Amino acid sequence: MSIEANDPNSEETPRRIWLRMVPLAVALLIGGFLFVGLNLRPKEIPSVLIGKDVPTFDLPALPGRPKGLKSADLKGQVSLVNVFASWCVSCRAEHPLFMKLKAQNIVPVHGLNYKDEGPAAIGWLQRYGDPYDRVGADLNGRVGIDWGVYGVPETFLISAEGRIVCKHIGPVMERDLQEKLLPAITALQKGGTAKC
Amino acid sequence: MLMPFMRNLITMVFVLGLAGSAWAVAVDKPMDDPVLEARARVIHKQLRCLVCQNQSIEDSNASLARDLRILVRDRIEAGDSDDETIRYIVDRYGDWVLLKPPVKSGTIFLWLGPVLFLALAVIFIFLWYRRRQTPVAAVNAPLSHDEQARLKSILDNGDRG
Amino acid sequence: MIAELGHYALVLALSVAIVQATVPLYGAWRGDPGWIGLARPSAIVQCLLVVIAFAALMHAYITSDFSVLNVATNSHSAKPLLYKISGVWGNHEGSLLLWLLILVLFGAAVAVFGGNLPAPFRARVLSVQAMIGVGFLCFVLFTSNPFERLLPAPIDGRGLNPLLQDPGLAFHPPFLYLGYVGFSMAFSFAVAALIEGRVDAAWARWVRPWTLAAWCFLTTGIALGSWWAYYELGWGGWWFWDPVENASFMPWLAGTALLHSSIVVEKRDSLKNWTVLLAILTFSLSLLGTFLVRSGVLTSVHAFATDPARGIFILAFLIAVIAGSLTLYAFRAPAMKGGGLFAPISREGGLVLNNLLLSTACATVLLGTLYPLFLDAVTGEKITVGPPYFNATFGPLMVPVFLAMAVGPMLHWKRGDVLGAVQRLKFAVAASVIALFATLVFAFDGPWLAIPGIALGVWMIAAALEEAAYRIRLFRVPVADSLRRLWRSPRAAWGTTFAHAGAGMVIIGIVASSAWQVEKLQIMQPGESVSVGSYEFKFEGAAPIPGPNYEAVRGIFQVSRDGKDIAVMQPESRKYQDPPMDTTEAAIRTGWGGDLYAVIGDPTGDGSWSTRFYNKPMIHWIWIGCLTMVFGGLVSLSDRRHRVGAPVRGKAGAKTATKMSAGAKPPTPVVTK
Repeated sequence: MSIEANDPNSEETPRRIWLRMVPLAVALLIGGFLFVGLNLRPKEIPSVLIGKDVPTFDLPALPGRPKGLKSADLKGQVSLVNVFASWCVSCRAEHPLFMKLKAQNIVPVHGLNYKDEGPAAIGWLQRYGDPYDRVGADLNGRVGIDWGVYGVPETFLISAEGRIVCKHIGPVMERDLQEKLLPAITALQKGGTAKC
Repeated sequence: MLMPFMRNLITMVFVLGLAGSAWAVAVDKPMDDPVLEARARVIHKQLRCLVCQNQSIEDSNASLARDLRILVRDRIEAGDSDDETIRYIVDRYGDWVLLKPPVKSGTIFLWLGPVLFLALAVIFIFLWYRRRQTPVAAVNAPLSHDEQARLKSILDNGDRG
Repeated sequence: MIAELGHYALVLALSVAIVQATVPLYGAWRGDPGWIGLARPSAIVQCLLVVIAFAALMHAYITSDFSVLNVATNSHSAKPLLYKISGVWGNHEGSLLLWLLILVLFGAAVAVFGGNLPAPFRARVLSVQAMIGVGFLCFVLFTSNPFERLLPAPIDGRGLNPLLQDPGLAFHPPFLYLGYVGFSMAFSFAVAALIEGRVDAAWARWVRPWTLAAWCFLTTGIALGSWWAYYELGWGGWWFWDPVENASFMPWLAGTALLHSSIVVEKRDSLKNWTVLLAILTFSLSLLGTFLVRSGVLTSVHAFATDPARGIFILAFLIAVIAGSLTLYAFRAPAMKGGGLFAPISREGGLVLNNLLLSTACATVLLGTLYPLFLDAVTGEKITVGPPYFNATFGPLMVPVFLAMAVGPMLHWKRGDVLGAVQRLKFAVAASVIALFATLVFAFDGPWLAIPGIALGVWMIAAALEEAAYRIRLFRVPVADSLRRLWRSPRAAWGTTFAHAGAGMVIIGIVASSAWQVEKLQIMQPGESVSVGSYEFKFEGAAPIPGPNYEAVRGIFQVSRDGKDIAVMQPESRKYQDPPMDTTEAAIRTGWGGDLYAVIGDPTGDGSWSTRFYNKPMIHWIWIGCLTMVFGGLVSLSDRRHRVGAPVRGKAGAKTATKMSAGAKPPTPVVTK
């Protein structure tokens, strides 16, 4: 009832061997992709705004703090725009880094206070320090949507022409700063172009 | 199911900061005009909630999903067509927000894939049937005495109720 | 102490598994009965050791031993006992241990009940099974040790998430895993058959009950998961084509195909080659599912950012298992050639069509699930493949399956006659035509696709019943005769009837609940009423209700129909403090016609509330249909022909482990009654 491997009737041509290799090949191909996939970040959606002018917006300042944020403020020099909120836990992780940037006076950092309450945001800045030059209060998150914000924190690098050069999703860590943002900032400040 | 839920939870708590109301169902104020509201709802179902997994903004009450629902209603109220409304969001977040991937060079294989699979399977089986028609009968013949007895015992044993 | 015992048991289990994976295999090759004989005891010992480890972890959870890191992270002393227990597998490490436990339980079951398997074959099966065990034991021990200590022990655990405390969630993973791991039996049998170089009807008889059991578990697990999503997540959806859902659905599709193709191997000694491949693929998809969930490769919030070793390890194991078995397949498959001829139009042909479509559907789900990853890897472009894609591709592929599954069982073996079969299904044809027109008349304003959809579901149910009636020759012979046939006809055939009818019920549930769902979303003042379909919801008011660890607002709605009050529905909206999150407790009222679903949202500030109501006609048919399918599986499992691979006591002892080639021993006759 069953045919043994050495059955004379089994037509063992090379072509058929290749046919039976197909499942193996497909499996290995998928395996290769999965291996690559381990190092991908499916949750990080690249911004479609890279290379475009910053959206048109005009946000008021936080209560008791001077200087709101609007599109025109982002023209004239290279700057960072950091989307933050007092309710955001991981914002605290990146905060010391922005304090350091401010102390070193490398690049102005502006804040986009996303869906927060004014007093809470002010309290947060008093408690952890205020690294920002300008802060715009985006109470209903509508400007955040114009920027393509989908999680907090996010950080944008803006060129002197007011174009979005790159976007960092999640807290900025020392390594991101050293390897990604700072080189780009330096290049832009020298009048060159940058990508990241 | 279990995993998307826990994953979302992790996303909410650790990565994005807890914006609250992650798990409450979406119940927000509908538009006054039921026709416009119906259009908004159809659009909601086509847009992906960015902080969730494969859920539409209609199905999620992540805070951003709610904001986007309200935005869609506002665009429609302002007189945008359905396409313009969707375009407005895609311009900000990219094709990624479309639950139905658009047909473009990168997705050709995705859309043709099922047809291709079916065609290959049909061709394969067609050839298989054709190849079997003639010579295989010989393969079927030689059963050892042992095997015949065994086959018989199996069949007898099983097929009588 | 007990945790260390558990850890030590796992280490011992690993060494036993290594022995079991090698020695009996070599023994079977050499024909050495002593070495072959090692398979059974080692499978049992390995099982006991893993049971000890699992019990140790459960002990740590029940006694809230927070010096164990895993317990401290995932449990809390204030949890009810049930959720302390389910907490064991509600986390990465524990769920892997559960996986392992089920794997070795299946292995031990073969060792204990597989007395009538030829000894060398059984040794090979158990060796292959142990190889999988070695992989998972290494994974647990080297990357995901559940017994890791945390010193000093915290006062209390961190895991008191109220949302995870739900009976649906507690039992969803074990069923899913029983299904996934159950397919490992089909895999081990297939690989053992490849090594041995033969597949025959007896092989199919041993494989079928295991596959059937795994399929029943998996079906239950998937149904539980979707039911939980429906009643707990609060927006009335029950299937989202989420990658993690797809991860459990792909093995189900492949496993369903395997169930059907193994029938052809058993009855007609054909399709052997393909069935072996399918057995390998089904388990491979189970492993892939485990990988997708455990690695977060598709869904990642950087799950492995902290420990990339896990992702690499499980992927390496996945590739080793799949590539190893498929390589073996490529070289040994010709040995499986053979068998009975049949025309394309025949019972076998119907099963081939089933396999063709199910495999294509499975490949489509795989493509859609992994495509974002492919594209990201190749071009860096990110896209979403959401429900609209799957509805547009998977749906059309399944329609012919549903049409054909009614006809298939009416075809003769070898050469059938579709026209004749359809003629024998004349009542089913009539029923579905009537359903078509009835839907057209009563629901002409709904989506037009609902009309053929309902007719399709009716066709499936009616044809399943008519096939059964035909089988017992109802009304063609005296009723007493028919009753005798009803009792006598094989249980496996009844299993088919129930499973196919159940699938029809699922279709009707899906079609009706999505096509004729009525949904109302509005702002309501207390005292206001809203009509939802033929129901009237009157808002009586909302009041704050204090909960144990949350603040709730409960809305009270008087539901009436034709002026008669039929129910009071009380949905809640809860705000938990620690961790802070809002949840919705939808009020669901299940009636014969379907579910009413009420949700209360936020107050608007001026005394009114946002509310949402659904009327979902016939939605419970989805889960009743799933249960019917599982019931069909169980009925089929009780067929005595399937017990060939199950307990046969006494006769088959160690003596059979003499030098004996696999096929030489006739199967032990099964004594029933």
